Amino acid sequence: MVEFAGYDMPVQFKGIIPEHNRVRTTVGVFDVSHMGRIEVRGSGAAGWLNRMTTNDVTALDTNQAQYSVMCYPDGGIVDDLVVYRLEDRWLLVVNGANNDKDTAWLEQHLEADVQLDNVTAEMAQLAVQGPKSEPVLEKVSSVDLAPIGFYWAAPGEVAGVRMLISRTGYTGEDGFELYFPPEAGDKVWDAVFEAGAGFDIEPIGLGARDTLRMEMKYALYGNDIDKTTNPIEAGLSFVTALDKQGGFIGCDALRRVREDKPKRRLVCLQMTGGGIPRPHYRIFAGDDEAGEVTSGTMSPSLGTGIAIGYVRRKHAKAGTELEIDIRGTKAAAVVVKPPFYKDGSRK
Amino acid sequence: MANIPKDLKYTKTHEWVRVEGENVTTGVTDFAQSELSDIVYVDINTVGSTVSRNEPIGTIEAVKAVADMNAPVSGEVLEANTALQTEPAKVNQDPYGEGWIARLKLTKQEELDDLLDPAGYADLVKKSEHH
Repeated sequence: MVEFAGYDMPVQFKGIIPEHNRVRTTVGVFDVSHMGRIEVRGSGAAGWLNRMTTNDVTALDTNQAQYSVMCYPDGGIVDDLVVYRLEDRWLLVVNGANNDKDTAWLEQHLEADVQLDNVTAEMAQLAVQGPKSEPVLEKVSSVDLAPIGFYWAAPGEVAGVRMLISRTGYTGEDGFELYFPPEAGDKVWDAVFEAGAGFDIEPIGLGARDTLRMEMKYALYGNDIDKTTNPIEAGLSFVTALDKQGGFIGCDALRRVREDKPKRRLVCLQMTGGGIPRPHYRIFAGDDEAGEVTSGTMSPSLGTGIAIGYVRRKHAKAGTELEIDIRGTKAAAVVVKPPFYKDGSRK
Repeated sequence: MANIPKDLKYTKTHEWVRVEGENVTTGVTDFAQSELSDIVYVDINTVGSTVSRNEPIGTIEAVKAVADMNAPVSGEVLEANTALQTEPAKVNQDPYGEGWIARLKLTKQEELDDLLDPAGYADLVKKSEHH
């Protein structure tokens, strides 16, 4: 077990590779209760959230979710998050390690007609992920899951426990996240595992969570994004609504980045020979330093080393051949289009 | 709890040593392989090269991290476990058996006295375990 965001969390149960493959082939369950959960209410909530986050919350219908980012005025990233619009409130799901920082940041900008409640301790969060997650959950869910689209949610019951069921995840596979009172943790866990017995359902640790997200080029705060990086260079323009009404914190700085074009870009690099890249390894174009790896691993699905890293813009095009300095030896890599793993069951 | 065979000697950096006259066989401990998990690549120094105690004798790559394997004693590399080139996971499956890393010819016999006995290593592991 490792300590993470104040929670004792398993890095692995059976091993990172078998757990990774379990999620890619059938179904696995992650206890992600360490994530921060913050509720927002009040007549001013929509307008305020739209100024606090980069994506456009006014585009959301009730029970719809969106991936988004919070920025500092200079365009640096406070955190990435998922924003849910629910019937009577909004739910923000933030990185566990950033929960306190994010809550302080939001409180610092709070407005009179907005109420903020950090409900992390009052809500458990399980991620049921994999191509068989729908047939498994269907057995224990009170609501029909098929109509729930990707990044949509529905209130319902699993094993008789009231919860929010959303079709979201961090793996590239089809899957659901369940938000419910922590007292019901054992009951829900046991019911899901009983329902998944026919699909060899297994618990999945932090190690496989990391390899699964890397194969999809999903950014990890603290590795690939942080206060020194901005969403444009990180490839998150698709959640950065630079032209939305009223703007957002960091909008002006990011418009300038768009106009000047970012100096560097977060790219996917696949090793063409051997070698496993790791964070902070340097990337070269010939003798010129081109950038730095921010995440790297042996990809269980591809069977090669893969890296996510920033390179100067001129080296960012897919097909560009670069080298990564692996403890003193330069190893060949090529820039590839994301994601690394293209056969995910994600809806 | 990690498996710590009684007939071996150990280092503080989680290598094990089996003494066979003037030679030793060495590898990484059960605790080390479980901390690394999912070993996918093992690179061992060339046979015939010499190493000093506590210097890297090879590199072990796991999915989540890379670690140096240090020479527990000074010596000459007599043999490297070539089976690990195709089956590196043997280090996870059988760290004291088929997952051995290298055989060394001892150059400083007295260094054996500095190694930990199983009880001493068990204490170290107890302190290293997170919970």
